[in-house]
Amino acid sequence: MIDSPPIPTSRPKEQWSSRLGVILAVAGSAIGLGNFLRFPGQAAQYGGGAFMIAYFVALLLLGLPIGWAEWTMGRFAGAHGYNSCPGIMGFIGRARGWKYAGVIGVIIPVVIYMYYVYIEAWCLGYAVNFLLGSMHFTSPKEAGDFWGNFIGIGQDGGAMGFGLQQVGAYLGIVFVLNFVLIYRGLSKGIEWFCNIAMPTLIAIAIIVLIRVLTLGTPDAAVPERNVGNGLGFMWNPEKVFVEKLEGGVWKSERELVGPEMISAARQEIASDTTRRLEVHGTLEQLKKPQLWLAAAGQIFFSLSVGFGIIATYASYLRRKDDVVLSGFTATSANEFCEVTLGGLITLPAAVAFLGVAEVAGKGTFGLGFNVLPMVFAKMPGGQIFGFLFFFLLFLAAITSSISMLQPGIAFLEEAMAIGRKMSVAILGFITAIGCGFVVWFSKDAKALDTLDFWVGTFLIFVLAMLQIIMFGWVLGIDKGWKEAHLGAAIRIPRIFRFIMKWVSPLFLVSIFIMWILLNVVGYSFETGRGEVSSYVKDLFGAEPSTVARMSVSLVAMVGILFAFITARSKAFGTPPVEGGVQ
Amino acid sequence: MTFGGWVIMVLSVGLVTGAFGWSIWRVLTTPHPEERLHAPLGIEHEEEA
Repeated sequence: MIDSPPIPTSRPKEQWSSRLGVILAVAGSAIGLGNFLRFPGQAAQYGGGAFMIAYFVALLLLGLPIGWAEWTMGRFAGAHGYNSCPGIMGFIGRARGWKYAGVIGVIIPVVIYMYYVYIEAWCLGYAVNFLLGSMHFTSPKEAGDFWGNFIGIGQDGGAMGFGLQQVGAYLGIVFVLNFVLIYRGLSKGIEWFCNIAMPTLIAIAIIVLIRVLTLGTPDAAVPERNVGNGLGFMWNPEKVFVEKLEGGVWKSERELVGPEMISAARQEIASDTTRRLEVHGTLEQLKKPQLWLAAAGQIFFSLSVGFGIIATYASYLRRKDDVVLSGFTATSANEFCEVTLGGLITLPAAVAFLGVAEVAGKGTFGLGFNVLPMVFAKMPGGQIFGFLFFFLLFLAAITSSISMLQPGIAFLEEAMAIGRKMSVAILGFITAIGCGFVVWFSKDAKALDTLDFWVGTFLIFVLAMLQIIMFGWVLGIDKGWKEAHLGAAIRIPRIFRFIMKWVSPLFLVSIFIMWILLNVVGYSFETGRGEVSSYVKDLFGAEPSTVARMSVSLVAMVGILFAFITARSKAFGTPPVEGGVQ
Repeated sequence: MTFGGWVIMVLSVGLVTGAFGWSIWRVLTTPHPEERLHAPLGIEHEEEA
């Protein structure tokens, strides 16, 4: 039976105060740095317009279904008194193993918070420095050096300074701000802040977007550096490369966008038999497994599915509050910020000032903290637009980081039967230690990188697979479908019954296996050979990294602590038969 | 930007912007279940009782 009386609880039941509030909170959780930095970089690197085709397929087959599943299971278990991931999964799964699997849904947001708040502090620091007019760069190297000093990438302990151009003070401010908001509670803290921050974020992004799209060709002496080519770099479904013959194999040397670059390259290689121009068409690019992995990964991480956050947020809904329209709205808000705003701001601005060669292949941090500061330093009015852009990133980051705290708070309150003040104190202590660890071991951002790989990627895959299997096969697609539509303002198209039961789990498992092959085993689809990735070598190789091993040990300690609390808690006992799912 | 680039961009941006606008409009114009139940007869929501 699905309808059953809530399990009595001594804790006051928190609730969202409005439907729009919870939607903005979930959207705020999803909208982060990835929308404005990771997405454009991934799209341009993996096929531009061709990437977008795979991206929308992944949105329909992974993002929307798993999101709806999380919303539904969260509200369902929340109506029975469970707000934490171990509680939610234990209640629906009705087996001891599921509540321990649910511990992953607490580990993920808590550990990600430990390094995400550090990155959030970079954004605030950059915004302040732009506002103060301290960001004068004449080359990307200067911008890179500033970033390296700011975050202490040169040596461990190098990020501990408290000057205006060091990260320490900003980190202290954002860390405290997050906990103040979370202490104020669901409605007066998270919802109140997101109601202000999300419209502000969108308004700022639109202002920056208008500035970028009206840049034209900033330097007439370099006509190929213009907004049109920036858009082409991001959106063209076919890619043009100069390829070089090396060892009998044609290898891509550089990408060309726009008639000026292609014409100049034609003349340059006219008499060179070791170089050629090669056009990679849409279908050819869609045949590459890496493109599909990148597109699915972007959807997956962008929407924050598999973090344990959506289920926790949804658990504070009332029994007949809508989840279908709310889930769709939060998803579409994220997509609007990612595709429309992120897709039209970042790369066009970067290419207009620096050209394709300086931008191609840059990762999230390279694009955000090396390339873009340089762009704003060159842009007319760059002081104010630089401030606006990094303040926008800061807002995007803080609405995500506060959402990472709520699953931990819910877990501690539920498992230990303690109030918010005590749970905030305990979680503050745990995350402060973890954050201190990440900030101290700042050399090459090793701790951050290791935690992001094993928790921010690997464990998220695991939890998302468990959640979609739980919805389609443990709760059951019939009961899950009925539960999802309780109080729903719109109906989910019926084809999603099949997608949620079969396609999403299989697609997710396929993507996960491909990710393991590429990023853990180090398999190459081009050569058919494999070399174990540096992340594995750091732990088990001949020359292991002490920091990487300590980082994984930190995750293990947090996991053991949460599993111990779960085991000792009476809150996660087997629910009465009529209360569970049969 | 090529013609194909324009097509992909307009479709992608149009699709997500349209979906966002439509869903926000639905959220703001669809009465909350509680409001529906409380409307003219003032019937209490069973879960709120």
